[in-house]
Amino acid sequence: MADEMRLLLEHADKIDPRIAEDYIKVGGYKGLEKARQMDRKDLIQEVKSSGLRGRGGAGFNAGMKWSFVPPAPVKYVVCNLDEGEPGTYKDRIICEKNAQALLEGMAICGTAIESKQGYIYCRGEYPFVVELLNKAIQSAKAVGALGDFDIEVRMGAGAYVCGEETALIESIEGHRGEPRFKPPFPGVAGLWGVPTVVNNVETFAALPYILSNGAEWYASIGAPKYPGTKVLTLTGDANNTTYFEVPTNYMLRDVIYKLGGGIKNGKKFKAVQVGGTSGAFIPEQNLDTPIDFDSMGTIGAALGSGAVLVLDETRDIVDIVTRISKFFEHESCGKCNPCREGTFRCREIMEKINAGRATEADINNILLLARVMKKAALCGLGQAAPIPITSTIEHFGHEYRRKLLQYA
Amino acid sequence: MANYKDIINGLKDKQGGIIEAFHALQREYNYIPEEAIAEAAQVFGVSQAQAYGVATFYSYLSVEKRGKYIIRMCESAPCHVAGADEVIKAIEKHLGIKVGETTADGKFTLELTECVGQCQATPVITVNSEPVFNVSAAKVPEILSAYK
Ligand SMILES: Cc1cc2nc3c(=O)[nH]c(=O)nc-3n(C[C@H](O)[C@H](O)[C@H](O)COP(=O)(O)O)c2cc1C
Ligand code: SF4
Ligand code: FES
Repeated sequence: MADEMRLLLEHADKIDPRIAEDYIKVGGYKGLEKARQMDRKDLIQEVKSSGLRGRGGAGFNAGMKWSFVPPAPVKYVVCNLDEGEPGTYKDRIICEKNAQALLEGMAICGTAIESKQGYIYCRGEYPFVVELLNKAIQSAKAVGALGDFDIEVRMGAGAYVCGEETALIESIEGHRGEPRFKPPFPGVAGLWGVPTVVNNVETFAALPYILSNGAEWYASIGAPKYPGTKVLTLTGDANNTTYFEVPTNYMLRDVIYKLGGGIKNGKKFKAVQVGGTSGAFIPEQNLDTPIDFDSMGTIGAALGSGAVLVLDETRDIVDIVTRISKFFEHESCGKCNPCREGTFRCREIMEKINAGRATEADINNILLLARVMKKAALCGLGQAAPIPITSTIEHFGHEYRRKLLQYA
Repeated sequence: MANYKDIINGLKDKQGGIIEAFHALQREYNYIPEEAIAEAAQVFGVSQAQAYGVATFYSYLSVEKRGKYIIRMCESAPCHVAGADEVIKAIEKHLGIKVGETTADGKFTLELTECVGQCQATPVITVNSEPVFNVSAAKVPEILSAYK
């Protein structure tokens, strides 16, 4: 099983994503047509039973999320294209190769929850994607493919936390992107206080294929509990650092050695960080694990955004984790204490360790701090920030101890 | 140059559109001038303090004057392991400025950024949001000479 399975990216570079007719020629907008003929309840049931789970990191069943939306005169469909997780660019690729599938997916969701208005929240670093999406929307509207469903693109402005769904909503409303307390969840009270479904680009873009081929077909692809395909972005010390679309039961080792062509310059593997900068570092002995959400969980890791950062034997893990701890200090929004203060202290202690000025007591302190942040931080940023630290202390503790004072 | 009032008022019907207005201002001026923040606050019905709070929350927005070309160096982990530090040093040396500064002739501003989503070709810089791929210290003079 060394091959990709291209579903969302099947027609990559063969169709122009801006042009609806191109997409229609390869079977596009059939899923939406079918969705419109279905009873709303059946449509939600169909998505639920396809097993499609959120591709933005949390892995929640998409149909289930939609089923919680209460009746209301106005509701919104929001697409999360914030893609701030370092090492991740799969949502950009999906837009650049198959933007119409995203639009169709959003309209399918609109049909299911009875919403007439969608928003795409695109990160500020992608102005060219905003342009592409606006052309794609114009084209889809012009051929009548979206019916009375409208989509507006809004731009983020360089804040990682705005990928968190309630911070994203705050940002669309024109505020500072600080997460809200939950509940209420966006499905009940989201954008401008009305029921709002927030899904990731990849989640929406899978919907047309589910509707046109059937839930059962989709549920049979990849891992049974997290079916379908996943777009991965491989970075770091692999030979072939690019994007891949694979079935979700694809093995992590094969991502690195088959698709990735192994480690660069004949060097040996040291570690791989999956899921972006908030992901765990995985050692060699855990590479024979499928990439799906639950399997990654069993090895104390997470699939997250699908970023895969490979490090060779020469890499200094402590130095890299120190860099990562700066990222979280910088991106903490400051709303809650455990994260504002915690990410600052994590960075401080990591720098101390990295500079060879720390002792075993500092390691114990950072592990304690990590437990507090995991439990007490308001949003996923503060909860996940210590994971790179704790996972490397667990699997690569010797690299830390080598830098402690008593060994200097 | 378009008037900042026209830029802001052109977006006044967008609900919550103050961030869109800030983007539009930055496209014109490369930063958000103080008087434009006051105008935006009024047009979008928020206090000046709130408008300023929004403008300063987002790292892509700047309330300080910047150069004609804004260079942003990605220092996230994939670019870090690909040698971002050496590239920053080379840019600093070539331009004679430190991160956060603008050259005396007002041409270049150098900033750091987190991942810009172009990690297929690390290390990456962006110049006025256009990504430049596979940058190395040796290539810096040639890359920057393209910006007149
Ligand atoms: C700090 C933080 C950053 C996040 N960034 C993103 C992101 O860039 N893109 C995304 O789709 N989800 C992101 N999420 C997850 C969203 O909150 C939300 O769960 C997701 O958009 C739901 O869509 P899905 O169910 O289709 O995955 C982030 C969460 C946190 C806590
Ligand atoms: S955990 Fe961090 S990012 Fe999240 S709300 Fe608290 S301070 Fe903000
Ligand atoms: S890590 Fe530098 S562009 Fe993504």
